[in-house]
Amino acid sequence: MFSNIICLGDDMKVGLPKGLYYYYCQKWVYFFNELNVEVISYDTTKEIIELGNEIANSEMCLSMKIFLGHIKYLIDKCDYILIPNLHYDKKNQMCANFNCLYDLVNNFFNVKLLTFDNAKEIKNYLKIGKELGFNTKQIKKAYSIANIKYNKNLKKLKIENINKLNSINKKILLVGHSYNIRDKYLGEVIDLFKKFNVDIIYSDLFDDDYYFYLSKDLYWKYSKVNVSSVIYCKEQVDGIVFFTTFPCGLDSLVNELVMRKIDKPYLNLVIDDLDSLAGMETRIESFVDILEQN
Amino acid sequence: MGDYYVPAKYLLNKIVAADILVAPLITAKTIELGSKYSPDFVCTPFKYTLGTMIEALDEGANILIQFGGGCRYGYYSELQEQILKDLGYKFELLNLVTNGKANIKRIYKMIKRIDKKFNIFKGLYYLFITIKMVKYMDKIDDYIRKNIGFEINKGSFSNLKQEMLEKFTLVNNPFSLYILYKKYFNKFKKIKINKPKDCLKVGIIGELYTLMEPFSNYYLEKELAAYNIELKRFTNVTYLLLKFKKINKKALKKSKKYMKYQFSADASSNVYWTKYLCDKKYDGIIHIKSSFCTPEIGVMPILDKIANENNVPLIHFSFDANTSEVGIKTRLEAFYDMIEMRRK
Repeated sequence: MFSNIICLGDDMKVGLPKGLYYYYCQKWVYFFNELNVEVISYDTTKEIIELGNEIANSEMCLSMKIFLGHIKYLIDKCDYILIPNLHYDKKNQMCANFNCLYDLVNNFFNVKLLTFDNAKEIKNYLKIGKELGFNTKQIKKAYSIANIKYNKNLKKLKIENINKLNSINKKILLVGHSYNIRDKYLGEVIDLFKKFNVDIIYSDLFDDDYYFYLSKDLYWKYSKVNVSSVIYCKEQVDGIVFFTTFPCGLDSLVNELVMRKIDKPYLNLVIDDLDSLAGMETRIESFVDILEQN
Repeated sequence: MGDYYVPAKYLLNKIVAADILVAPLITAKTIELGSKYSPDFVCTPFKYTLGTMIEALDEGANILIQFGGGCRYGYYSELQEQILKDLGYKFELLNLVTNGKANIKRIYKMIKRIDKKFNIFKGLYYLFITIKMVKYMDKIDDYIRKNIGFEINKGSFSNLKQEMLEKFTLVNNPFSLYILYKKYFNKFKKIKINKPKDCLKVGIIGELYTLMEPFSNYYLEKELAAYNIELKRFTNVTYLLLKFKKINKKALKKSKKYMKYQFSADASSNVYWTKYLCDKKYDGIIHIKSSFCTPEIGVMPILDKIANENNVPLIHFSFDANTSEVGIKTRLEAFYDMIEMRRK
């Protein structure tokens, strides 16, 4: 029985690729920090996208390519990689890509994986913590501290985000999935807005309370959040920017529906490989011009 | 989808007092219409169904029925309704499956709204017959697929099938349906075929719509049968309605080596079936899907791996609204040549 327990030094490293679920697993970063486990993750770079392109299937979406690139980049730099299988109930589904991440990586990379299935949150932490060789007491303590820190931080961000709605500048609501709009490399497009005097409100910091005003059948957890943010901010913002990677399955339907139902100026940015920003710059510039003329 | 309009029409005819309009066959014009009004990168079934809806509305339909479930399918209806309303059509769209579940109470209310005299027991009785009918159809289709490549008189299978479907629509109780099924199954068995014992065997797997709607895969099955190949296809309505959960569970158990979690839609069954086809020593596997089908794209590398390990050739076909038929034919021909050469 005891042979299963791995003795670990202080220098244990867990890789957390900065793509897809990373942004939904922020609590884990705090948790690992509490346990003194080093979390390794890098920002997306051009090199990582190219690595992803080599192994990914040609039809996979850009976010998926980025994720696979991260995995390849991380492989010899850490002891474990954390890949959860995020799924909720039937009314709160994830994109189909999230369900196959673990098996894709498990089949094609030779690396130790940590994984959990979304059961009860505390159970996941106990499972992973025990696999890393900690005892229940340590894990529970770390979990509660992580929980507090995470919630505090999230609350702060949400308040900051909503306060932007009161600013006197032009306001833009940026609608997109966290793994796209928070990504460092794809974010270069969003940085282009900073040249102009506009405030950007992020859609992923809202709750999913309002989506049914616009869509009754919607069953994707994070699309609900996006749609709710549109409903919530519709009156106060000057324009809406949809930020999508090509070819995102959820956004292809949901964004189209939202665009058809709102009467605000909007810009639909679909990003494939980001080779030059010049084209994007022109479009963003003219969009901001339109907003200022309104 | 294929011949399944027959049982669907039968069911609706029996339980609802309304004119049932079978959507016209899909043509190139349907696809053109569909793609014109669809978003850029939705998967192809969306375009097909939207095109069919527009054509049906043009012919005077005012109630449309849409199923949903699985991956993106579940969300089709809402967007399609919006698109059609923006185009100025007046109609009602009934979505039978919402949030991945078929809510019987909701469906009952919907039907009640169309036809006030609707009787639930009558409805259930005919639903039972329809499900039986679909089951028999699938069984016969399986037999046809195995043998159609070797028929001596061209068209004898498809003619007999047409005849059978016409007879099926006249049935009123499950017992006579069963007798009809037995009778026609015997007739099918009597059709003369010239089948060698070691014929080439190919399994077809993939995404459900593209598999079941022959137009969307450019009659791939017919094409294959012309090469004298025995075909095996798993996906049919019986599987979707009755066996879906069971097979998914079985898939997780049997192919533990390749997958730990269940994938969405048909993806996990496809992994299992690939394994099955490899174990049964099939000569080749054809994986077809519509382009941008997310669940299938995710598992494609895994399917490749299984096929590689078992040394079975596997080919992927991705169908879009404007895929050229000639390109598909060339690839299919090359694939056929390859599996034939491997035999030798």
